[in-house]
Amino acid sequence: MSEARSEDNGGNAATFDTHPGADAGVTPESPLQWSRVQGRVTEEGGAAEQIRVVERPFLGHLVLRGGAITLDEAVRAELGVSLPGKPLGLVLDAEGSRSVQWVSPDEWLVIVPAGEEFELENRLRARLGDAHFAIVNVGGGQTLLELSGEKARELLMKSVTYDVHEHGLTVGKAVGTVFAKTSVVLRRPSEERFELVVRRSFADYCVRWLRDAGREYGLRVESASH
Amino acid sequence: MFHIFCPYCQEYREEEEFHPSGQAHLVRPADPASVSDEEWGDYLFFRDNPRGIHHEMWVHRLGCRKFFNITRDTATYEILETYRMGEQPSITAANAEVRREQGVQTADGGWQTVGAQPENSRLNEETPS
Repeated sequence: MSEARSEDNGGNAATFDTHPGADAGVTPESPLQWSRVQGRVTEEGGAAEQIRVVERPFLGHLVLRGGAITLDEAVRAELGVSLPGKPLGLVLDAEGSRSVQWVSPDEWLVIVPAGEEFELENRLRARLGDAHFAIVNVGGGQTLLELSGEKARELLMKSVTYDVHEHGLTVGKAVGTVFAKTSVVLRRPSEERFELVVRRSFADYCVRWLRDAGREYGLRVESASH
Repeated sequence: MFHIFCPYCQEYREEEEFHPSGQAHLVRPADPASVSDEEWGDYLFFRDNPRGIHHEMWVHRLGCRKFFNITRDTATYEILETYRMGEQPSITAANAEVRREQGVQTADGGWQTVGAQPENSRLNEETPS
């Protein structure tokens, strides 16, 4: 586990890498570990179902807060994408593996591949310097579920209050909304895929709900092994 | 179920995503040490309970988590407008004309007529608070 002190990132905040190294003797467990033990989540791969739910665990989730113009400059320089210009916007980089999402007028959620967030946070802090901003690593508190398949939309129609039709949830839109009896961030990064950002402690509940709601179509929940 | 327009998300969302947070436009006394107990008590504890137009603060708690204001009719539950924090309402109990232009039926005092019985007309008169 590496640490960065204020002199490394130019600010007055101490940051640390939340991914323990292989030599630390700690095995990371995804928020769906319990569901996996209970047999609700299987290894990735297998026969095609009408709906496929895949967990993407251990991604780097960073919440950026501050002025749009200051943050936009820094994010553009360090990540190569600009902040979404409109409310509810979702911007992906050319590879499609890094995204910036509008959460509220002064708050954005950045999701990057596992292990990149610590370095990115330090680079952003160094670039932002004395500006008025906050960066919080929330990767430990939430996880990402990907929904795909032709019936995925129908499954969501039963689960969220938001209008998930083409005219409501267009590609490149991300909304916070009600999912069953909890809340999720619902994202539409591409035409054939939906993403749910769920809270860690509600991850098992969400999986149970999805399995129940998707039973009529045929649904399998998978998680990549770590 | 209401559809409420969030002025920050700039679209209509289900009522379930929102939560009311009481009367809007409360102004904290600039110098709390110098106000009387009565004024301070009024500021802390006493809220308006009008029959008709009321300005309230709501929070979009499952969406953008921002507070904003709603002008609402407490008699009909009709939401007349929503506006951001720091802004002033364009519709108030005093300007009935604006409401009429927007197609909302009002009595002379600016109070809603729907559901008001003639024998209860006294209730529709504004009393000095």
